[in-house]
Amino acid sequence: MNYFVELFFSGLTRGSIYALIALGYTMVYGIIGLINFAHGEIYMIGAFTAFIVASVLSIYGFPLLAIVILSGFAAAVWASAYGYTVEKLAYKPLRNASRLSPLISAIGMSILLQNYVLLAQTSDFLAFPQLIPDFPFMDRYADVLGSSDLVILVTTAIAMIVLTILIKYTRIGKAMRATAQDTTMAMLVGINVNRIISITFIIGSALAAIGGLLIASHIGQINFYIGFIAGIKAFTAAVLGGIGSIPGAVLGSFVLGLTESFATGYVSSDYEDVFAFSLLVLILIFKPSGLLGKSETKKV
Amino acid sequence: MTMATSFIKEINRSFLISLWFVFLTFPIMVIKVDSIEKTIQWRWWNMLYVALASFILSLLARWIKIWKQTRASTNDEDHGLGLEALIHSIIDDPRKRNVLALVVLAFALVFPFSFSSYQTVIMITALMYVVLGLGLNIVVGLAGLLDLGYVAFYAVGAYTYALLNYNFHIGFWVALPIGGLLAASFGILLGFPVLRLRGDYLAIVTLGFGEIIRLILENWGKFSHGPSGISNIPRPGLFGIHLSLDNAINYIYYIMIAFVIITIFIVNRLQDSRLGRAWIALREDEIACQAMGIDKRKTKLTAFALGAFWAGIMGVVFAAKETFINPASFTFLESAIILSIVVLGGMGSIIGVILGALVLILMPEYLRFLSQYRMFAFGAILVLMMVFRPQGLIANVRRTYKFEKKEEKRV
Amino acid sequence: MNDLILKINNLSMDFGGVRALNRLDLDIKNGEIVALIGPNGAGKTTFFNCLTGIYTPTEGDILLYSSDSLEGISIKGLKPNKITEKGLARTFQNIRLFPQMTVLENVMIGRHCRTKSYIFGAIFKNTANRKEEKETVDISYSILEKVGLADSVNEFAKNLPYGAQRRLEIARALATEPNLLLLDEPAAGMNPQETIGLVELIKEIAYDGLSILLIEHDMKLVMSLSHRIFVMDYGKKIAQGSPEEIRINPAVIKAYLGE
Repeated sequence: MNYFVELFFSGLTRGSIYALIALGYTMVYGIIGLINFAHGEIYMIGAFTAFIVASVLSIYGFPLLAIVILSGFAAAVWASAYGYTVEKLAYKPLRNASRLSPLISAIGMSILLQNYVLLAQTSDFLAFPQLIPDFPFMDRYADVLGSSDLVILVTTAIAMIVLTILIKYTRIGKAMRATAQDTTMAMLVGINVNRIISITFIIGSALAAIGGLLIASHIGQINFYIGFIAGIKAFTAAVLGGIGSIPGAVLGSFVLGLTESFATGYVSSDYEDVFAFSLLVLILIFKPSGLLGKSETKKV
Repeated sequence: MTMATSFIKEINRSFLISLWFVFLTFPIMVIKVDSIEKTIQWRWWNMLYVALASFILSLLARWIKIWKQTRASTNDEDHGLGLEALIHSIIDDPRKRNVLALVVLAFALVFPFSFSSYQTVIMITALMYVVLGLGLNIVVGLAGLLDLGYVAFYAVGAYTYALLNYNFHIGFWVALPIGGLLAASFGILLGFPVLRLRGDYLAIVTLGFGEIIRLILENWGKFSHGPSGISNIPRPGLFGIHLSLDNAINYIYYIMIAFVIITIFIVNRLQDSRLGRAWIALREDEIACQAMGIDKRKTKLTAFALGAFWAGIMGVVFAAKETFINPASFTFLESAIILSIVVLGGMGSIIGVILGALVLILMPEYLRFLSQYRMFAFGAILVLMMVFRPQGLIANVRRTYKFEKKEEKRV
Repeated sequence: MNDLILKINNLSMDFGGVRALNRLDLDIKNGEIVALIGPNGAGKTTFFNCLTGIYTPTEGDILLYSSDSLEGISIKGLKPNKITEKGLARTFQNIRLFPQMTVLENVMIGRHCRTKSYIFGAIFKNTANRKEEKETVDISYSILEKVGLADSVNEFAKNLPYGAQRRLEIARALATEPNLLLLDEPAAGMNPQETIGLVELIKEIAYDGLSILLIEHDMKLVMSLSHRIFVMDYGKKIAQGSPEEIRINPAVIKAYLGE
């Protein structure tokens, strides 16, 4: 029973990280119909920025709390800046091109960013400091839920709530929803569509960066390649839940995280990724637009 | 606005852009931490490099954009680099086309004797990607099915040969059709679950399939020998004659020339046929195509199967050429490269795909002097290609059916 | 020769809680031109979509008759391409041509279900394949001549003027050798001159023996062409009869003008 609970929380933790990344994919897709292949790299850059800032601050002897806050802040700021820049450089010029051109551009950006970090930093696995201390009150639950897991779950929950409030109740959120539904109409009613798109990228990137920081601290190491697999998984989660749907991305992420956790725990850990993709294929066979996606009634 | 003020505006703009990039790249370019020694390396010079590079590049990009705009306003159509018009004039004239083809063929035939063995190997790689590009072109360019997992079929072909050879001592020539047919079966297998999926869902599922195949190959050690791969795969045999390394490479080169010719021939014929038209109709409008009596499922599955067949054949050749394969050769990056070839080439045009393959494969090889910056440059090139020429090198070069009215009998 | 070409029994179509079609009965005799009219939202295009296999009706049956047998084949729930094979072709309300294909190629697509050359034939271009391709081209060209588009034969479909695009859609549908042709608002957006040309064209193809069911809002066209008219509103049939009968039918007038 203990094992089950442990796997359950482990799955939730995974799901949280996927969710933080998947939201960026789904929001961007919802608004400009693009699979942002470079998003995983934004997550990676967030992790690296957090690492660099945290390392510098700790060498200069800053207190732990300051390090956590500042490196988290730095990760979000810089990741957003990268997300914004990538959009302006590689996607904006292609808004009117066929579906495939921005996709190739995104793939190119992904390769470029990976190698940029590789060249500017290192190909080694870097040890990431444990930024989240072990809370004494968590000791009782240590074998099913660690302090780090708890922080991840809580942070993700907070992020979800803030995002939901933003989307549902603020003017910007409304503008985002309008642009996602009908870009031309949004322009015609006076919404600055370019700004909204940039904001979407910024929010998605910031969330991914937080995810990067959290998982790096949780696992303890980072490397220039972590963006790729996390990106694919998170994107799979977003598609699973119905790409373009924010609740879908969250649902898909938790479904994916839990499936992976239970599958690797009870079946085999080698085929972890195979389970993820097989799950995706199965769900899409029976519900081609994902769990929460709208099945498009054909307009003939 | 006078020339001077607009020039100053541009300088100003580029200056701000370079400031932005210095800020953007600050943590990653400037700071290098050694967490073991607890030291920080501050690479201030990088800031200068970034500032200069971004300043110059942003000015350059601006001027290119202005240049393109002035050209577009003076011409009716965007003739691109004039390349498209040139290509059209050559393709549409059968005589010119044949002359060009002969010239290229002659060059290709004498290539191994005028260049080193190393260059020949590079050429073989380029030719293989031409065939792979043409194969994927059937799926993506003609039928409009976004396949991001094409590398899976490539892997099936390679492992078919490697394993058949390892376990049953089956030779290259026998393995070749088997690899192709097995890959084609996988193509149909993959096709079934994705028949109902549209556009981007199809893309991610095919990507997933590609990864699944690679992961199975990596983890099912008993079957595939796992990450360590299979070595000592024999090169293609020539009636049992023992070939020196150089000759064996040339042999593979000529085999590839033959394959390229055959593939161009077949794809050309397919494009201009009832099946080819069905694919294009499917790509243009799936609903209308069904309404006109085309069986969508059969058409899609045929596209997947035929595309996969070529990848399988090339996989066998790959195994024979490298004599060693392991799952690491079949990553998503491969699928991405082949897809880029198709998109760069202009989607659906055979000449475009050939040019795209040559550009994308030969360029990195000749950029080897950039050594560790190669992949970075590759990524940058992909982005630049798409931003400056999104329709591909050669757009709209499908040879449509030209109807010629028979002349009335002169009275 | 069969009397009937199409018989619809009790056809209903539900979308979630909305009943778009409500127990429709309709029949079309061989060689007839029947018009389906009704206010916007009456369910006419939904009806077409059920006939052509895009939707599967919730209830009822659709029987298509051919000249060979007296038995009607149920085409309910069949895939769209199968239905076209069985002799029912259509045009679309919002023109759905293949824009990057030429006029001729568009019509050649229509020949797909009446030809059979596949991979082998395509690659080797054997005699059977060549013969079939030549036939496809010839038949397509003659259809283009009939609809008056022979001069634009090598133009890209997307470059044609609007009226010509509508005629091309008809040509493409004709290429499938239908027994029953469904035209969805063929005159929409046409000027009066183009409309007259269209009426002539429809009369010509009906004269060749084709049965036609058309949805239209242009009353002049409907009155001058149709043998019979079915009127729909809110998914139900509210009237049927000859043009004269429909013109004075109070239920029809109420549906259109409200009260």
